[in-house]
Amino acid sequence: MKNTTQILIAGFGGQGVLFAGKFIAYKGLLEGKQVSWLPSYGPEMRGGTANCSVIISEDPVGSPIVSTPDVLTVMNLPSLDKYEAKAAEGAKIFVDSTLISRKLERTDVEAFYVPSTKMAADAGIPTLANMILVGKMLKECEMLSFDEVEAALRKVVSAKRIELLDYNLKALEAGYNFKD
Amino acid sequence: MVVFKKPHALTDAPLHYCPGCTHGIIHRLVAECIDELGVEGKTIGVAPVGCSVMAYNYFNCDMVEAAHGRAPAVATGLKRSLPDNVIFTYQGDGDLASIGMAETVHSATRNENITIIFVNNAIYGMTGGQMAPTSLPGQVTQTSPYGRDVATVGYPIKVCEMLSQLDGPEYLERVAVNNVKNVRNAKKAIKKAFENQINNKGFSLVEVVSTCPTNWGMTPEKALSWVDEKMIPYYPLGVYKDRSAAKEENK
Amino acid sequence: MAEKVLMKGNEAIAEAAIIAGCRHYFGYPITPQTEIAAYMAKRMPKIGGCFLQAESEIAAINMVYGVAGTGKRVMTSSSSPGIALKSEGLSYLAGSDLPALVVNVQRGGPGLGGIQPSQSDYFQATKAGGHGDFRMIVLAPASAQEMADLTIKGFDLADKYRMTSMLLADGTMGQMMEPVALPEASYVLEEKPWAVTGTKLARPHNIINSLSLVPEELEMLNFKRFEKYAEIEKTEAMCEEFMTEDCDIAVVAFGIAARVSKNAVIAARSRGIKVGLIRPITLWPFPTDVFKKVAKTAKHFISVELNMGQMIDDVRLAIDCSRPVSLCNRAGGMIPTPEDVLAKIEIAAGGNN
Repeated sequence: MKNTTQILIAGFGGQGVLFAGKFIAYKGLLEGKQVSWLPSYGPEMRGGTANCSVIISEDPVGSPIVSTPDVLTVMNLPSLDKYEAKAAEGAKIFVDSTLISRKLERTDVEAFYVPSTKMAADAGIPTLANMILVGKMLKECEMLSFDEVEAALRKVVSAKRIELLDYNLKALEAGYNFKD
Repeated sequence: MVVFKKPHALTDAPLHYCPGCTHGIIHRLVAECIDELGVEGKTIGVAPVGCSVMAYNYFNCDMVEAAHGRAPAVATGLKRSLPDNVIFTYQGDGDLASIGMAETVHSATRNENITIIFVNNAIYGMTGGQMAPTSLPGQVTQTSPYGRDVATVGYPIKVCEMLSQLDGPEYLERVAVNNVKNVRNAKKAIKKAFENQINNKGFSLVEVVSTCPTNWGMTPEKALSWVDEKMIPYYPLGVYKDRSAAKEENK
Repeated sequence: MAEKVLMKGNEAIAEAAIIAGCRHYFGYPITPQTEIAAYMAKRMPKIGGCFLQAESEIAAINMVYGVAGTGKRVMTSSSSPGIALKSEGLSYLAGSDLPALVVNVQRGGPGLGGIQPSQSDYFQATKAGGHGDFRMIVLAPASAQEMADLTIKGFDLADKYRMTSMLLADGTMGQMMEPVALPEASYVLEEKPWAVTGTKLARPHNIINSLSLVPEELEMLNFKRFEKYAEIEKTEAMCEEFMTEDCDIAVVAFGIAARVSKNAVIAARSRGIKVGLIRPITLWPFPTDVFKKVAKTAKHFISVELNMGQMIDDVRLAIDCSRPVSLCNRAGGMIPTPEDVLAKIEIAAGGNN
């Protein structure tokens, strides 16, 4: 297994892209890895595209900027169009197939199509498509395990809205157990 | 019997002000108030940039010299750090009403619990007599040699009137020091401005209509009467805001 | 050391300032550092501190001047255009020998510029923080942990030398989240007999002042201040060296540029190129001695910067122009990639072989 996994998560502002990244970073921290999380910031956050770079590594993290992701998760078409070509050879690419109807053009990467927005709506947790995708990422990538995801969730779900913890857990599990 | 002595809150340093300038009177009034209120040991003054830039040498309390116009911001820092101390600024018209207008307005609207002594002599004295934000329409200065032309440079700023429109400030009064009666009233206003702070009432500003015989090009005597003839009609004396008094009346 | 928590660099600065005993913060909103103000707005009222959103950056730095005059630890933060507005206050702080911490989370310029990360205020921070002859201690963090550690260090140095410490970060450092272990609050605030706290009628009045109209006296004040600066240059320079022992090529970078460069250095080493990284942690004082040492083996220096080439001048001076120094840079909010740096390293290696 590679020492370092470079993850890029991208979508519209409001889809919880930054939150998903934060969860993954915390999961890494709790597993004793070196981590970094870097968001896009500025006016683009408000309704435009948002993305975040997350690095999980056995070694100290160098540049926190992910330019050639090993793991790419996209939640809208503009993000797929923008980042597909940038993914590393052999990268794992997770696609919200409810919102993105096209397939990947590249053949040297591994694609996972998850209808996460629809799954989230069907399960009554419409805002948690992001965490369904994260569940799938944890299943398919070696960088982190699915054990004790609740501990990491507790770090990122606001104490004031702790009732959301169960919904997040449900979303992670739905993604983890999803079979295409 | 002591008939007259220097207030304790003034140092022995000789004042550098021009003959006939009323800064000396105003310094003395401030110092007398500090003495009478017994607060010299906990008072910190803020000197401006302008003729009174060296006020830090003249007051016996701790002093801070601020950048031009920034005295209310510096005083805000001092007061937020030492809320039990008495903080005053001593500023001229260019300092307070031109370059430092934002600091003036915002410390007023925050009702910052400080005391501001605003000396309005309608001219930039230290730099040699240029047009001030409070120079009168038609007033001849080095930078308005044909008289202040309101069509091109606008009108003087009436600080008390303007600040009185804000909900924030506690107390605003305009006084003068060109005759004995006015000096007595000025002292009352200055004392009240310090008392307000001691009683935690908030932002208190006393505008003192002052003279600048040197840059006005007048004898000291003529300057004093010019205050009556020209300055006070444009800058009427009186209380522009007194929130506590207004509350009392409403009871 | 406490448990590691994930913190944004900006938040790490704010919490570290509180740990360092800072109870007064004044600021004005500007991207990409507003998290510092937001954090302080939340925290300060709970610990009896003061958060005040000033009417301008100018007012904020002058509020800092007021609190600094009373001897208490105080800070402000801003981003490039806002720091320009504060430069008047920075000069007055220097002229009055007051300690303070000022944070610049840089963005691209000039003018309103952009909001993406930049290092284009290097000259301003290290050479021209305001009018007059003065220096600031300039600290350049390269991780969220250092955002915290150097904040605390900045307060200590400011107090020790009665001057401004500037934390020179960039948008990436401010926005990035990394694990941070915050130290326990333990600070000893020195006695400051010069502070204005009220005479209590027990001592002559103290005056905080930068006006000095007699040129002979003002010259002496400048001389004395520069003796202090010389002492700081001798004792306070900080630097991280990475694989420099035997390097033929030395990459020089600070902050985010150093993070990027480290990847490139590792990649170049794996290709057999003897390259190392010098990461100045203090930009003033510049860690000149390290450069002189590394120049004994290194035949080529590469300065990696998020600007049009500013630190490169100090690199040349540090090695007395004895080696070629090339530039690897992006500007306007762009960041060089490790591949960009690697390409420069390979060019330099080719030139040497």
